Amino acid sequence: MIAFEAVLREVRGLEAGELERWIEARWVLPERVAQGYMFHEIDVARLHLIVELRRDLLIDEDSIPIILNLLDQIYALRNRLRAITAAIETLPAEMQELLRAQLKD
Amino acid sequence: MAARDPYEVLGVKKDATDEEIRRVYRNLAKKHHPDLNPGNKQAEVRFKEIAAAYDLLSDKEKRARYDRGEIDSSGAEKPRAYSYQDFAEGAAGRKYRGGEGVSPEDLEDLFGFFSHGAEGRRGGGTIRMRGADRRYGLTIEFLDAVNGGKQRLELEPGKSLDVAIPPGVRDGQVLRLSGQGGPGIGGAPHGDALIEIHIVPHPLFRRDGDDIRLDLPVTLAEAALGGRVTVPTPTGAVAMTIPPHANTGTTLRLRGKGVGGRGDMLVTLKVALPDKADPELDSFLKEWAAKHPYNPREGLPT
Repeated sequence: MIAFEAVLREVRGLEAGELERWIEARWVLPERVAQGYMFHEIDVARLHLIVELRRDLLIDEDSIPIILNLLDQIYALRNRLRAITAAIETLPAEMQELLRAQLKD
Repeated sequence: MAARDPYEVLGVKKDATDEEIRRVYRNLAKKHHPDLNPGNKQAEVRFKEIAAAYDLLSDKEKRARYDRGEIDSSGAEKPRAYSYQDFAEGAAGRKYRGGEGVSPEDLEDLFGFFSHGAEGRRGGGTIRMRGADRRYGLTIEFLDAVNGGKQRLELEPGKSLDVAIPPGVRDGQVLRLSGQGGPGIGGAPHGDALIEIHIVPHPLFRRDGDDIRLDLPVTLAEAALGGRVTVPTPTGAVAMTIPPHANTGTTLRLRGKGVGGRGDMLVTLKVALPDKADPELDSFLKEWAAKHPYNPREGLPT
């Protein structure tokens, strides 16, 4: 876990004003602690991604929330699908076979 | 593996301008960026190829050398510095998956078949299945980790849990709260909540197993002559005696003042000279040093 200042050093091209704005907009969700904010690895990776979208792919700031929102939905759905797949794998073989046949096309 | 011609990868002519190459790269990257295509291996491979081709063609010197046939395009592939996907797919991604766009009710609705059909019967026997374990992260202050206590954890919006933190919990330790995980099927018990503890570093104290370390500044006089000083500990300030002829690096032990009463507090002294220049001290030291020369660097390589 790293603090605000360390994030600015870690994510090249990210400025303090930007980061504050993005936290405010809830694009990134660091934890609030007594001394300010603490960022997990996933928050830092998400900031890398946003910076890459902004700087390399020239996506303007207004469009970023649309992308993040859809992306979060995809990850949520993938997560749910994985859970369902795992649950199906615990079923007896004949039921799995039945499901496979149902989902064939 | 022979890499493909970078012009071919980006689909541009040999005489394409820098601006054209940039534009084409941007469009391809938007489409194939691996974090925007989770689980799509093809996109990942394609993106690497595109990035490597762009890396070569966007560098004037490299592009010229490639055009002259001095270098080939292999080995240009660089591993990505980060992967949002890896984290988003893991336990850490939970907080973003529950973001503004995704309401748990929507998902319940979509997958309603699985939640409502759960009581289904087969072959005469009812399905019973223990609920799934759920993973959470909980960040706590250093002193709360040392002293223990209750911490509130938000499981999901509107549902929180008071977690009893055992004194001396370690960074990365996982607490298991039985029955606080996902619901069971057919009357089977709930799963457990697995809570990984993260500890925020303290500005003064450091953990060393069950011991706690502290660097304590002392005056020149306190170090040389000894004296009583006040020392902060996780359970409040205590008085400590500094023996005469202590030094920077001298470590004193406060028994039982470590983690959960088990460990000790290890106080390492650091001699601190006055902040401001002190003419009286200077003139005393000049006289004293002349009469009492000593070399603390004896034995160091020169």
